[in-house]
Amino acid sequence: MFRITIITAFTALVLIAAIPVPAADYVIDTKGAHASIKFKISHLGYSWLYGSFKSFTGSFSYDENNPSASKVSVEINTSSVYTNHAERDKHLRSADFLQVAKYPKASFVSISFQEQGNGKALLKGKLTLNGVTKPIIIDVTHVGAGKDPWGGYRRGFEGRTTLTLKEWNIKRDLGPASGQLEMILDVEGIRQ
Amino acid sequence: MQIGNNEQSWGVLSILLHWLVALTVFGLFTLGIWMTGLDYYHAWYNRAPLIHKSVGIILACVLLLRLAWRLFNTNPEALISHAPWEKKLAHNIHLLLYLMLFSIIVSGYFISTSDGRAVEVFNWFEVPAYPIGIERQEDIAGAVHWYLALILMALVALHTISTLKHHIIDRDETLKRMLRVTKPNEKKPNEE
Repeated sequence: MFRITIITAFTALVLIAAIPVPAADYVIDTKGAHASIKFKISHLGYSWLYGSFKSFTGSFSYDENNPSASKVSVEINTSSVYTNHAERDKHLRSADFLQVAKYPKASFVSISFQEQGNGKALLKGKLTLNGVTKPIIIDVTHVGAGKDPWGGYRRGFEGRTTLTLKEWNIKRDLGPASGQLEMILDVEGIRQ
Repeated sequence: MQIGNNEQSWGVLSILLHWLVALTVFGLFTLGIWMTGLDYYHAWYNRAPLIHKSVGIILACVLLLRLAWRLFNTNPEALISHAPWEKKLAHNIHLLLYLMLFSIIVSGYFISTSDGRAVEVFNWFEVPAYPIGIERQEDIAGAVHWYLALILMALVALHTISTLKHHIIDRDETLKRMLRVTKPNEKKPNEE
């Protein structure tokens, strides 16, 4: 009797372990700052200027067995734009660029997620920025996942995409080499 | 030539300082509006703000000098023909003009120094940043700088209109006293 109970319990455990893990929900770790939204733009064609949005929140869901069901959503406070130069940041928040008084939030909501193998994926979603909403595609690389040392479970991705300033209602012309910028996105999610 | 003031007239130094400050303030206002609208590739895009800030800091020194000269010197009395309300209004406008000028310069300083950078005065010297650490200090200081400048221009208009009223309608000495040093023998011919 006792043996049967043990076997049953063991079988049950094996079965539970074999059941596919349902899509896990992750909160992007902006609290611990293991996530960043950076951009890189050419200065006159002579060097790269880096900037970031310091304040944003987001979450994603990801299921290893059904990655195409993954979802992401991120909300950015546009006034948190930071380029390590207060006068430039002030200008970036103005009507010449991000119009943060009028559009204090930017957001990204995913539409689809296609794995390309080798840890690469294409993430399609709607970006709302500076009053414009349009679909964009982000090249995603799965960086890693696993237990953290403090009892949690984490998963991280990096993403790259290119935005053309004019398409996002940015009126300032920064010159022929600076019409586009590259977004460099790093997210680490903590499983809930 | 009479350097200091006396009870009837302004001395050379007061007259020169008055017109120097007037010209500078008007120049800074115009330069400020012009430079913030410049194209990124304009030759003056960096030079104009450098001049604006440098002249602003020098103006602060000149204003302190002017204020000291005014406080430690005899000041000509208002003309007897001026009504009491005119004297009171004129005095209050003068006070406000000084207050606005200093506030505008201080707020301008707090735009440029909000990230800890010093204000460069041409390539002569730097005024270091004073950290007050307000969030988005550059935006707040920028708004204060702009709106106070508009108020200042309104006060300047009022100051000018009042002077013209005295000159054209009352036909008194108010404006003339600020244009040339009245020789003592002109004022008191019977004392000679």
